[in-house]
Amino acid sequence: MATMATDNNIIRVALTGNPNTGKSTIFNEITGARQKIGNWPGVTVDKKEGHVTFEGKHIQVIDLPGTYSVNARSPEEKIVIDYLQEAQLDLVVDVIDSSNIERNLFLTVQLLEKGIPLMLDLNMQDEAKRRGIKIDVKKLEKKLGFPVLLTVARDGKSIKNLLNVFTSVSMESYGPSEDLQAHIAKIQEIENSGLTGMDLQEAIIKQRYAFIDEILGEVAEFSSVGSTLTEKLDSVLANGVLALPLFLAILYAVFQITFEWIGQPIADALEEVITGDFTEWVAGALEGAQVADWMQALILDGIIGGVGSVIIFVPLIFMLFFCLSFLDGTGYMARVAFIMDPIMRRAGLSGKSVMPLMMGFGCGVPSIMGARALDNEKDRILSILAAPFLTCGAKLPIMALFAAMFFPDNAANVVFAMYIVGVVMAIVSTKLLTAAKYKDETATFLLELPPYRMPDMKTVLLETWDKGKGYLVKAGTIIFVGCVLIWFLGAFNMDGMVEEQSESFLASIGAVVGAIFTFHGFGNWEAGAAVISGILAKESVVSTIGVLYGLPDISAEAEDAVETAEALSATGMAAAFTSLSALAFMVFSQIYTPCVTALGTIKKETNSWKMMFFAAGYMFALAWVVSLIVYQGGKLLGFE
Amino acid sequence: MTLKECKTGMSVRVENIGDSLLKERLMTMGLIPGTTVKVLRSAPLGDPMAIGIRSYNLAMRREDADKIVVTQVG
Repeated sequence: MATMATDNNIIRVALTGNPNTGKSTIFNEITGARQKIGNWPGVTVDKKEGHVTFEGKHIQVIDLPGTYSVNARSPEEKIVIDYLQEAQLDLVVDVIDSSNIERNLFLTVQLLEKGIPLMLDLNMQDEAKRRGIKIDVKKLEKKLGFPVLLTVARDGKSIKNLLNVFTSVSMESYGPSEDLQAHIAKIQEIENSGLTGMDLQEAIIKQRYAFIDEILGEVAEFSSVGSTLTEKLDSVLANGVLALPLFLAILYAVFQITFEWIGQPIADALEEVITGDFTEWVAGALEGAQVADWMQALILDGIIGGVGSVIIFVPLIFMLFFCLSFLDGTGYMARVAFIMDPIMRRAGLSGKSVMPLMMGFGCGVPSIMGARALDNEKDRILSILAAPFLTCGAKLPIMALFAAMFFPDNAANVVFAMYIVGVVMAIVSTKLLTAAKYKDETATFLLELPPYRMPDMKTVLLETWDKGKGYLVKAGTIIFVGCVLIWFLGAFNMDGMVEEQSESFLASIGAVVGAIFTFHGFGNWEAGAAVISGILAKESVVSTIGVLYGLPDISAEAEDAVETAEALSATGMAAAFTSLSALAFMVFSQIYTPCVTALGTIKKETNSWKMMFFAAGYMFALAWVVSLIVYQGGKLLGFE
Repeated sequence: MTLKECKTGMSVRVENIGDSLLKERLMTMGLIPGTTVKVLRSAPLGDPMAIGIRSYNLAMRREDADKIVVTQVG
């Protein structure tokens, strides 16, 4: 529902315009941290609102999604036109990239036809000047009948000018010029001419561009300039033999920054503080206060464990989103889509999902969140549901342990094969989902390659902050509840708290779960319990196995896999699996239900419980089927 | 000829967009009969292709470019 301007002291301003016009930069520069990012009802499109007080006046600003038109063909276009027609606004600012004014004016003209009074903000003046484009503001105002302002998105003077206009301009003194009225009359004539369907659309669009050409012929001067920086960069980054290696290098750098150089070390340090000093301090305090044992366990293992597992992902998310927002701000992400499109199209995904999906080899959570950068609902959902299949950092120890224990001569090859299984499953699953849900939607690819720009750091930081905060608040709650629940199952049975995990609910459920793997060769309750605890966190699979086979102190790190395997070989585990059933277990672990952290993130990103439960059930079923095929197929071929 | 067949560096005038799901979006983005288009480059794997149009750059797949009829102007 639109907000009504009932309060006369508040000035309500909406920003609209094409993508890549610096609109969001203007919004961020105006409102800074005084903004709230939510969702438009029913769709996963960001709703950005902010406010600012300028010379004693309170201004509310809404940043509408960037669109090329308002034909209401996409959720974004529908949001823009519905909002502009329903909300009681004092001012609608149409932000225009002056260096690309021709196409930008299409939206302007379309909005003016619909009777929405606009203030035109000719932004990116610096860039237009460099490209030899000069626009006569006064003539443009006269030609349309509406006010025009010049800005450079990031400079303080431009922002102050805008705020001045917000508080002083009165749109009532403006109205459509004779030229604009003549254009609108022509559009109405076309609409009443009897043309229908695409012919009608074509005639209308032609008339709009004819009007735009007429305007620009009178108000703009285009002088030719030499090849721009963008063309020089594109000849290397988007063309020729170096483009792909350079992309891989940038991808590698982002991965390293997130999971090796900055993000992961901070996450590890945080984990150490939480599980070490902080837990000890709380334990001491609880002991001192003579709190009941079960309460102590709940707080220490359940709550702190749960909160801890939420918090340690934050540094990864911040680092990844810093890198992605930065690259997006430079315009490079459009080039990634451009050069990767042929490969990703074969896999059923969009070129733009390469960057977020690659992060899935580190952690599925930032990978799922990265899907936000994609253009449409279908690509977002497919990318979100592909990410969990990849071998994340927490699945690696499972693979390393089983490979070291059951395939000691070929461990590295077997682990590598599991990475391939993950990639293949991501592709197979995408194909399945496309066939089941999106078969009527033909993949289209039409992409603007915006000029390279230096990203606005305020925008990059605000976006990063928003992602981190959104994860903590929304996904965090679900993750926390999931962690406490699984902790409870592992620590209690019908008679109360248990000493040994083998007597807990987890073990009883493990026996039931184990039973469904009878034909997979690992139908024992230990494997069942490990599978369940893997839903808490994939890291828990190895430690649960250790506990259940009587070695609670084994290392769950991938680099210690050989020693851990040696220790476990002396236990009942060696007899519980054959090489073939171990392989089936690895394949199952690779594919099945993602951890609660990833599930919570899926819920947050899709805004749908249904999607979250679907992901959990669907991936479990897929894993069950594929690992069954591996085991039974292997037996048929004579392996053990 | 079609836009797909054009060589890098060619300037062409659009004659006909051809019927496709992209038709309305292409026209909205400024590609209408009479518009001059410059073929800028192909992606490293040969597809998609980038064109310069109305002072901005647009990428499209070759199969879509194959529906757009053009004549060479320079």
